[in-house]
Amino acid sequence: MSAAATETAVASAGPAGRRRRRPVTGSLLVGGLIVAIVIGMALLSFVWTPHDPTLVNPAVRLQEPSAEYWFGTDKFGRDVFSQVLMGSRTTLFVGFVAVGVAALVGVPLGIVAGMAPRWCGELLMRGNDLLLAFPALLLAIMFAAVYGAGTLVAMVAIGIASIPHFARLIRGGTLQVMETEYVIAARAAGRGPFAIAVRHVLPNVSSLVIVQASVGFAIAVLAEAALSFLGFGTPPPTPSWGRMLQESQELLSIAPRLAVFPGVAIALAVLGFNLLGDGLRDRFDPKLEDRR
Amino acid sequence: MAEQPTSTPLAPGPGTGPVDAISVRDVTRVYRRPRTSLRHASPPVHALRGVSFAIPQGQRFGIVGESGCGKSTLLRILAGLDRPTGGSVAIDGRDITGLRERQLKFVRERLQLVFQDPMSSLDPRMRVGDIVAEPLAAQRQGNRRERVAELLEAVGLRADAADRYPHQFSGGQRQRISIARALAPRPKIIVADEPVSALDVSVRAQVLNLIADLVDELSLTLVFVSHDLSVVRHVCDRVAVMHAGQIVETGSTEQVYEDPQHSYTRRLIAAVPTLGKALSGVSAADLNRE
Repeated sequence: MSAAATETAVASAGPAGRRRRRPVTGSLLVGGLIVAIVIGMALLSFVWTPHDPTLVNPAVRLQEPSAEYWFGTDKFGRDVFSQVLMGSRTTLFVGFVAVGVAALVGVPLGIVAGMAPRWCGELLMRGNDLLLAFPALLLAIMFAAVYGAGTLVAMVAIGIASIPHFARLIRGGTLQVMETEYVIAARAAGRGPFAIAVRHVLPNVSSLVIVQASVGFAIAVLAEAALSFLGFGTPPPTPSWGRMLQESQELLSIAPRLAVFPGVAIALAVLGFNLLGDGLRDRFDPKLEDRR
Repeated sequence: MAEQPTSTPLAPGPGTGPVDAISVRDVTRVYRRPRTSLRHASPPVHALRGVSFAIPQGQRFGIVGESGCGKSTLLRILAGLDRPTGGSVAIDGRDITGLRERQLKFVRERLQLVFQDPMSSLDPRMRVGDIVAEPLAAQRQGNRRERVAELLEAVGLRADAADRYPHQFSGGQRQRISIARALAPRPKIIVADEPVSALDVSVRAQVLNLIADLVDELSLTLVFVSHDLSVVRHVCDRVAVMHAGQIVETGSTEQVYEDPQHSYTRRLIAAVPTLGKALSGVSAADLNRE
């Protein structure tokens, strides 16, 4: 090998920090902030709430917001602010389990469908479409009818209903990765399909998983609220934003603020996770990444 | 090409001289296309129509042709990554057509690939050291760290490159990494698919020389695919000209250049001085002088 060739190769090895960092977008920042607040609320509720959120005290029923009761009290005299704080726990718990179930099943399914022979992948995806066409809430209500209403049942049902979203997205990503030359090189090197899936496909679709997880989180939060509102979600006395909404509806004309606080909390949390998902997508879009 | 595929073993018996590194007999590859009309099926695509050639051990064999002529399909079949619809391929005298992945182990050890696009041929999420060591890991070979350092040095990269990611390197350096990975399992055959066509002209000659030097040093058999005749001329002893899924002409590089027999080859060569010089600024003569 000529010395000149070696020299230039080493000399141009200089720009080590050539990683193209794209600027943090507004949606990523705002979404991240809102999500951080929701997580902060949930963590705070473990160590401190102004009042016991489940304490029924008829003496202070339906109080207006005050220094003592920041968001006022509901018809049983329970502190609304404490309930909102505690409710964020339920919301996050729901999101994590639902997204966890969806990702744990959906990601491997998508990768298998993307790496399997064409006919097999198509078969899996048509089954996937079948599940996709099934409304998530209906599935959750069916589950609640069979296994009894409960947070966990609702979350698992929502998670199952979110599997096809993950599977379809990840299959698309997998098909793309399987076409790349580094996968062909790995095959030529003698790597088996399992090693290729774990070492090449999974790391390269991970950004898709993160984006979809954060969008799926928003969907799960909304679905839990809807289920609790319908009475198929979190049973009392565990505070849940959806059930707070439901309990507030009979008093809507007298104390509309009882609907406003949990309603705003749900809307903000969903907005936050959606914005975070959008922001992450902008940042991680595999079409933009590692391309000039 | 009119030769019928026979059932006789491709490997010559003992005493008939060295076995060809690669021998391709009457290979065809037909792709079926998805139906676009209800009334009739889409016509199939004939990517390869009866391709035959043999490459003796240690030869540098060039395959030239325009894009879409079936070069890449042929390479995939040679590497056992795709199956021909007809004909047979033998690597070191062993027929690989119809073998299962597990039976192709000897091909994985003997034949390695270098790709065209230095951006997509290296996994962006893996460190260079892991990329180069991948064939070693796949074939359960030990002493990977030392071997990787040795390989990086052989392709003109510093040893600390192993801890970095591909995006931290330029196109030419990435191609060196690709070459290091291909050499890792000590193959006897290197198949290079347009290895320099995505590179800047200034880097092209360096990478070409590197490939030529390594092939000499390690006495490898080289299959070099390109659309650029000047590049093939620089590196190869023999050349096959492909057009529309067929080999239209084969011969020693000089012979094909000095006295092209087929009209397509003549057109291809006629295009070289103008296009090649204008676009690359480097002629075969310049490359030789370096």
